Amino acid sequence: MPNTNSSANETAPGVMAQAVREGLFAGVLAFGMFLLYVGIETYQNIDNALVWRTRWGLLAIFVLVAAVGRFLIVGFVKPRLDRRKLSKAKAGIPEVSDDKGFFHKNFLKLSMLALVLYPPIVVSLYGVQGSLKFVDNFGIQILIYVMLAWGLNVVVGLAGLLDLGYVAFYAVGAYSYALLSDTFGLSFWLLLPLAGILAAFWGIILGFPVLRLRGDYLAIVTLAFGEIIRLVLMNWSDVTGGTAGISGIAKASIFGIWSFDVGADNNFAKVFGLPMSSAYYKIFLFYVILALCLITAYVTIKLRSMPIGRAWEALREDEIACRSLGIDTVKTKLTAFAIGAMFGGFAGSFFAARQGFVSPESFVFLESAVILAIVVLGGMGSLTGIAIAAVVMIGGTELLREMEFLKHVFGPDFTPELYRMLLFGLAMVAVMLFKPRGFVGSREPTAFLKERKAVSGSFTKEGHG
Amino acid sequence: MTPGNTTMTRDTILKVEHLSMRFGGLMAINDLSLEAKRGEITALIGPNGAGKTTVFNCITGFYKPTMGMITLTQKDGDQFLLERLSDFEITKKAKVARTFQNIRLFSGLTVLENLLVAQHNKLMKASGYTIMGLLGLGSYKREADGAIELARQWLEKADLIDRADDPAGDLPYGAQRRLEIARAMCTGPELLCLDEPAAGLNPKESLALNTLLNSIRDETGTSILLIEHDMSVVMEISDHVVVLEYGQKISDGTPDHVKNDPKVIAAYLGVDDDELEEVMHEELDGGSH
Amino acid sequence: MEYFIQQLLNGLTLGSIYGLVAIGYTMVYGIIGMINFAHGDIFMLGGFAALIAFLVLTSFIAGVPVALALLIMMVVAMLVTSLWNWTIERVAYRPLRGSFRLAPLITAIGMSIVLSNFIQVTQGPRNKPIPPLINDVYHFGDVTVSLKQLVIVVVTAVLLTVFWYIVNKTPLGRAQRATEQDRKMAALLGVDVDRTISITFIMGAALAAVAGTMYLMYYGVASFADGFIPGVKAFTAAVLGGIGSLPGAVLGGLLIGLIESLWSAYFSIAYKDVATFAILAFVLIFKPTGILGRPEVEKV
Repeated sequence: MPNTNSSANETAPGVMAQAVREGLFAGVLAFGMFLLYVGIETYQNIDNALVWRTRWGLLAIFVLVAAVGRFLIVGFVKPRLDRRKLSKAKAGIPEVSDDKGFFHKNFLKLSMLALVLYPPIVVSLYGVQGSLKFVDNFGIQILIYVMLAWGLNVVVGLAGLLDLGYVAFYAVGAYSYALLSDTFGLSFWLLLPLAGILAAFWGIILGFPVLRLRGDYLAIVTLAFGEIIRLVLMNWSDVTGGTAGISGIAKASIFGIWSFDVGADNNFAKVFGLPMSSAYYKIFLFYVILALCLITAYVTIKLRSMPIGRAWEALREDEIACRSLGIDTVKTKLTAFAIGAMFGGFAGSFFAARQGFVSPESFVFLESAVILAIVVLGGMGSLTGIAIAAVVMIGGTELLREMEFLKHVFGPDFTPELYRMLLFGLAMVAVMLFKPRGFVGSREPTAFLKERKAVSGSFTKEGHG
Repeated sequence: MTPGNTTMTRDTILKVEHLSMRFGGLMAINDLSLEAKRGEITALIGPNGAGKTTVFNCITGFYKPTMGMITLTQKDGDQFLLERLSDFEITKKAKVARTFQNIRLFSGLTVLENLLVAQHNKLMKASGYTIMGLLGLGSYKREADGAIELARQWLEKADLIDRADDPAGDLPYGAQRRLEIARAMCTGPELLCLDEPAAGLNPKESLALNTLLNSIRDETGTSILLIEHDMSVVMEISDHVVVLEYGQKISDGTPDHVKNDPKVIAAYLGVDDDELEEVMHEELDGGSH
Repeated sequence: MEYFIQQLLNGLTLGSIYGLVAIGYTMVYGIIGMINFAHGDIFMLGGFAALIAFLVLTSFIAGVPVALALLIMMVVAMLVTSLWNWTIERVAYRPLRGSFRLAPLITAIGMSIVLSNFIQVTQGPRNKPIPPLINDVYHFGDVTVSLKQLVIVVVTAVLLTVFWYIVNKTPLGRAQRATEQDRKMAALLGVDVDRTISITFIMGAALAAVAGTMYLMYYGVASFADGFIPGVKAFTAAVLGGIGSLPGAVLGGLLIGLIESLWSAYFSIAYKDVATFAILAFVLIFKPTGILGRPEVEKV
């Protein structure tokens, strides 16, 4: 022990010198990187000509942050981390205690309870009208992403097929509902399953020719299909309304018994003699999407322990071995594609009913990227991890919209909204760097003889196709 | 179920006739014919690059042969022309299972799950192609229990029962080899094709493998076709040996017959430098002790 | 006929730009097997660097020769994007090398979001127009060739020659090709793999910066969102040509440029991108590894 201590002390000046060096280097690097973009601001003057002015102060802040940050990391944070790692290694691998806390053990039940009670709690805290923001922006918004990510999880997390155009199926679902309810006046409850079936159908049509492709070729073709569908929706104005989209889409009703249309006789608020508010509709939608999420989770869990789900996971691990066992890999991939697409279609028709408006704007590649990011950040294949990732990433960025107090700090010109996606991107990078396997890296086996042991993430593969 | 060669007897399970496989300008297999008898262990041996694995890949459908006919006859007399089936159909319909030279397990699935994946087709049918199973109807539950029971039996035979709930990627090398064989057996094959099952095994593991293979042949009646480098394994367990060199058959017969065939000795000692060196080293080592 | 030649020229110009960006995708893919989604945004950063350099330059020296201005813009853009791409590789990709395949892909997508939003925040969301740099136009019968088109094609050709020389004839290129073939083996034989990969990122960034400068000169406008569409097109070009193959990237770029301009000319502008993507899907279905890509042999 004294040996290592003295050596640590001896190397300290060396570490400091290195920290200063690296700090200076980071400062110079930051200066080079930010000089043009931060140090100089371009703007259009009154004559509409592009002119520039300097922002030396801001540039100095950027450079200082980089230099000091690097200095602190190399000089203090890293040695401490190394020391901790060393002492951990010396102490041996700590036994993972089986004695999980009450919260940990009942995590699922507790979170279910919290979700079911969420709207009444919010209403009682903020009043009916005040609850709108919380139920809609946080509740429904996050749950839509949970559902989409769980749907994509079937394709990417279980079957290991990299799909960069998942948003296409979301769009198919949304437009199916919008068009069919507009043209034929069919109800939400009829169109919801139909939208899912149509999306699954599209999944098969698009999937069939491309599933022979492997890895990154599959990724780019799915991206291409996603863009094709969006571009067609954008340009086929006669049917889809083009960039303007379709508005005035019928609301969902409570199984046709109570309606949420303001003029209707059976309006929910009217029937129960409540003050008029759009919050009731949102609360109703919250429970609808919650139910849809639960169905998605139930079906996924059930399928995982059935032959088809096992074949998906086996496909992710080794496609050739699958074929040697008599598994028709094309059919297996298609079912994964179709079922993933179906969930996307459900979510899409829900989205259309919630917004009352759809346009191609909502189905850009960025959406596919965000959904994929949630799946990977959560830990591929893990429903819990994915739900956590959706809450953190979507909830986090939604939260940013609400941070009005920042205006008092940074001045009235400051719009936190502007930084939403910037921070989202940074968070994606940061989570991947610290947890490359996502929040939940291990997988639960689907069958066991004696005891159910989680499989460590280091054994599972991520698929090649 | 294509009517095959009428001269074929009931106890020939696999008949390869005039098989050729060309990769660009290279003739990997040239007009090869061989037979494997039902209930026997047939070994395919030969120096490196003789085309053994290519023959295997043609039989199991991973390569489409340039020419030739591969006929498989099942116990009940059904015949299949394997060169016309795709790889997964060969396992599914013709009941030929295989293992790989560099083990291909589902390393992130548990040992038990590996064996359940192998029973995919049977379970798919039982689950009414998922729909009935999802609704909890039909015989799926019973079949699923049966599948676990079959897996348990094979785990016991392969001496893997204690590791059943561990990830397959966590097993030691020898155990992975045995698991791959057990997994292939769970597909319920009539012909089991093993690509170098003893490669990289220590003597103890090699012995355990021999026992497993013998018990497969004797207890299930499954015929075995194997590629092997390890002569001790080949000579000890095979009933019939076919020797390949440069894509052609140079000898065919019982282990004793093949061992003494001058052509085989020449192929192993005279042609392949690596093998020769190996033998020399062994002799030198033996001499110094 | 003249109309066709005209469109061919337009397509060639656009294709040159796509080709330059596509090389960056294909090189990075070849050497570390990763889709560098942020590459399109590096192209956009290059355009912005050129734009800012142009503004600063013209406000200090009025009447600077166009050729000199263009050269300075290009060099500044190359330097700045090289710094960025080097840093990004160092900070965001290198720690993930050799880990789980999707992790670097997600970081790259994250990086792409960061870069475009960084420019949106620091330079504002509006389009940035600059006055046209080159106005000269030549007429050959009914075919009009603008000088800027010629500049783009010539600069691309020169760069590709230099680039081809570096990859095929220099020790650096040999190190790159060795690393591409087998990273471990290359390291064992004394190739500094980290350095080689860093240089690959720098080269890709430099080419993208030139493409960004050309794009700015051609269209006369820069926007923070310009990374995505040209980026995806260039990536499509790389895949169409066979990802990992350098001639393939150039060929793919030219093809995409031609498809786009010919489709707009003869069918409909609205569906030009649909045509591009549909042809990509079609080619890949029949040739699953692209036009010049090495066929992937399934080792059993």
